[in-house]
Amino acid sequence: MARNQVKKASTDTDMTPFVDVAFLILAFFIMATKFKPAEPVPITTPNSVSSQPLPDNNAVMISIDKDDKVYFSIMSKSDKQKPFDLIVEASKLRNIPLTTEDVNSYRDGDMIGMPFSKLKGFFDLPHDQQLKYKQEGIPVLDSATAELTYWIAAAKQVFAGEQLKILIKGDAVSKYPVFKAVVDALKKNDEQKYNLVTSPEEAPQGTDLYKERLQGKSKEAK
Amino acid sequence: MDTGGDDGQKKGPGVKKAKKLNTRVDMTPFVDIGFLLITFFIFTATMSAPTTMDLNMPKDTDKKDEETKVKQSGALNILLGKENSLFYYEGELDPTGANFKSATFKEIRDVIINKKKEVVDKYVSDPACEAEAKAKGKTVDDYCKQKDFFVIIKPTDDAVYKNVVDILDEMTINKVARYALVPPFPTELEAVKLTESAAGMNTAPPAK
Repeated sequence: MARNQVKKASTDTDMTPFVDVAFLILAFFIMATKFKPAEPVPITTPNSVSSQPLPDNNAVMISIDKDDKVYFSIMSKSDKQKPFDLIVEASKLRNIPLTTEDVNSYRDGDMIGMPFSKLKGFFDLPHDQQLKYKQEGIPVLDSATAELTYWIAAAKQVFAGEQLKILIKGDAVSKYPVFKAVVDALKKNDEQKYNLVTSPEEAPQGTDLYKERLQGKSKEAK
Repeated sequence: MDTGGDDGQKKGPGVKKAKKLNTRVDMTPFVDIGFLLITFFIFTATMSAPTTMDLNMPKDTDKKDEETKVKQSGALNILLGKENSLFYYEGELDPTGANFKSATFKEIRDVIINKKKEVVDKYVSDPACEAEAKAKGKTVDDYCKQKDFFVIIKPTDDAVYKNVVDILDEMTINKVARYALVPPFPTELEAVKLTESAAGMNTAPPAK
């Protein structure tokens, strides 16, 4: 019996190209993502047209949050011992000495924002609690108790003979006097060159810099 | 979907037909997971890596001869006030405050560009300076033409950090070769205060 069977159209789509594309995009995002280190306080940096990348080795960062509190962090990827040395050295300069055991809960890039008198108690906390702890900020404004100077002096000692980058990361709404106090503390240590951390922004159209970049001159106007 | 072919030729009774296994895998959960991960990475991605901006401060000095000298004709003073307000004057501050003007961050760019143009237009070819620029590997435009142009940035205590970065950025944008960050004089603070109270804050008078 010859049956004239109508072939049922398959409702099944071939998913393979779809999967291919999906995983291609996935691979791209995995590669492109750079995880932010955990920050105890979020800092929104202002925008600028500069295009230099941020160094993450042999650098110290002074952060100012939106409540004008000052934090200090050490970034030393190549030598894991340096951050401990630096904290110990700074506490010695302030005459409240700590030992390496006291500070070994410090991790590369963590933000320290405590006066030296309370530093030991802070480092005794477990690391995950340190990140959640609401820190007081390093005193800077009053020149008699400005402890930031000791931190910078210690950084200069520990990184002696190497190129040390000083980064200042300020929140857009932080007050100028705090920034000035930070710069004054740096000046006291004879440091005149700093890098301000900013978010990238395009050069506005029609300006001199815009024209220069259009011509393909990559040299920064400085 | 091909389910293994039931419509094959009937064999004799008792002959069991080997069922062909379906080799097709259902891809749907695979795709689900794939896109879930994509969404996760899109949200966590920090696409714009932070950049840095150079800032060089001069060494504090008490000696008069070490101080940077600025020609009055090419000086532009910019004061940063509270709530993103901005004031500027050219040359020396008039005792009556006649040349003390206020501007917004949008307007200041034109002020800087105009002043720079004014100074550059006045430039008369100086071969000694041009030779020096070449020796130092700097362009004649930056090193000689705007030699007398100097922007003095004076943030008051009411200014926020963003204002300072914005104005420093403006220097980069307009390719100002010489600028400095200095504290304001008491007379200037007085002028800022007067202008602010006269304008009742927020309602800054137009720049021109």
